[in-house]
Amino acid sequence: MRLPEDRVLPGPWPEEREQPSSPGDAANAPLERDLARQQRRAVSDPAAIARLAASMVPPRPPAWRRILSEVQHFWLLVAFLLVWQAVSVFGTRINPQLDVMLPPPTAVFSAAVELANRHALMPQIVDSLYRVLLAVGTASVIGVPLGLAMGWFPRFRSIVDPLLEFIRPIPPLAWIPLSILWFGIGDTQIVYIIFLAAFFPIVLNSMAGARDVDTYLVRAGQSLGARPGELFATIVLPAALPNIFTGVRVGLGIGWMALVAGELVAAPTGLGYMINNARTIFRSDYILLGMVLIGVLGLLLDFGMRRAALLIMPWHKGQ
Amino acid sequence: MAQVSVRNVSKVHVPHAGAPLLALHEVDFDVERNEFFSIVGPSGCGKTTLLNLLAGFEQPTRGELRVDGELITAPGWERAVVFQEYALFPWYTVSQNIRYGLKRKRCPPAEQDRLIEHYIGLVGLGGFESRYPRELSGGMRQRVSIARALAVNPAILLMDEPFASLDIQTREYMQDELLKIWERERKTVIFVTHSIDEAVQLSDEVVVISPRPGKIVRRVAVDLPRPRTLELRQSADFQQLVGEIKQIFTGYGVI
Repeated sequence: MRLPEDRVLPGPWPEEREQPSSPGDAANAPLERDLARQQRRAVSDPAAIARLAASMVPPRPPAWRRILSEVQHFWLLVAFLLVWQAVSVFGTRINPQLDVMLPPPTAVFSAAVELANRHALMPQIVDSLYRVLLAVGTASVIGVPLGLAMGWFPRFRSIVDPLLEFIRPIPPLAWIPLSILWFGIGDTQIVYIIFLAAFFPIVLNSMAGARDVDTYLVRAGQSLGARPGELFATIVLPAALPNIFTGVRVGLGIGWMALVAGELVAAPTGLGYMINNARTIFRSDYILLGMVLIGVLGLLLDFGMRRAALLIMPWHKGQ
Repeated sequence: MAQVSVRNVSKVHVPHAGAPLLALHEVDFDVERNEFFSIVGPSGCGKTTLLNLLAGFEQPTRGELRVDGELITAPGWERAVVFQEYALFPWYTVSQNIRYGLKRKRCPPAEQDRLIEHYIGLVGLGGFESRYPRELSGGMRQRVSIARALAVNPAILLMDEPFASLDIQTREYMQDELLKIWERERKTVIFVTHSIDEAVQLSDEVVVISPRPGKIVRRVAVDLPRPRTLELRQSADFQQLVGEIKQIFTGYGVI
């Protein structure tokens, strides 16, 4: 890009423009030496370079522009809600059944207000959230070390792998009847189902992370004197962290699925229970509210996970 | 007694499928203390295998490698390695990378700080202490890697094609820098490269390895004066040495 004449960056060598140097001209020699010295000084003075760099940084855009650029990511979501509203409102005029089959977003919102006023909403959210977090937390506490050990010790992996691969294909939902027998209906049983669902992605991702650690990093650590335990803590673990996070995020997502399935079948509380209960009393606005809340909670948890990942892995930023 | 002695070393690689491969065959050489020693050969000749044996990452199938009379059995900081792809820890900053080996050595914290400052200055990276490796250029990364290896004060510095991934200007600059550092902190350096020019320019002694099986076919003493200036590199003596080694390569049909 060409700068206009009056915006040429200030250099400490104004002679340069006034006196085009002609190499070999003996009369110009002292001036050329002087110029060279000034230029050397200009690029070797760190403070001057820092000032120069700062002067080139474009100014921070005003606050309203920054907010706008954040908000504009949501236009498709907003458009979706508007279309949904339009279809529900105008569709009901054509076919009155649509009022029950697809209530508009505004109806879902007023359902939320109504239930919240009756103190019937928060307990469901808290119960479901508690079950998911407890189950995925437990799955992480057991699954991450197990996966790392499997990835780092091939012999251990070769022993554990057949057992895991035997249990893994069994859908968590197939465990529901048995788990009701074992734990009865309640938190423990649902937590167990979510745990089963979240456990395998967490184990497998942690394992991949530890197994695929760059050989050269391990060798660098060894040649710098790291003992096996130090090697694991300072190289294998940080190298596997991105995979561990992926595993827990996938585990959380699958955990929500298992939660709703578990609560639909057998639960005294929770968002899944709320959805199922609403079905029996023909309140499709409650059903949709339950679905929307699960979506929003999942979104928030995933957002939190990604923020946590950035905090824990600052070197991983922008990748 | 020579500091490093490699006696009759053979190494067979056994792949998952296919026939075993003789990577090195009866390799035999000594390296004197504080010598700059290069191993040069075409790619696939087993020179990196030889360096891995010296580092202790692999064990020889036959023969033995010793440093100061001690058999090499495992990696350790006495034989610090500089890798082609730098192998910096991405989760550590420049100074944390350099600190890594010092911590493992149980070096006192104040001493760690002093050494980090010294080696960051030595490789010219003042001001970049708290950068992560991915924020640095290739040449800067390799300088961190050299500083990290030197900081633990190894008996031998092993370098595996350290400048092969750098562009030509940076490579020449780094070669000069390495020689300057080596002048200031004398060390035994064992340097692996496929570049004959690079080997001759840096070394006191060059061994040439033939491919499949890797075997030492020639030892060349480089008796050129130091510092090795640009003029020297353009001199007839320098070019003659390079040409001599090139001819050995050509004899194997690898150029």
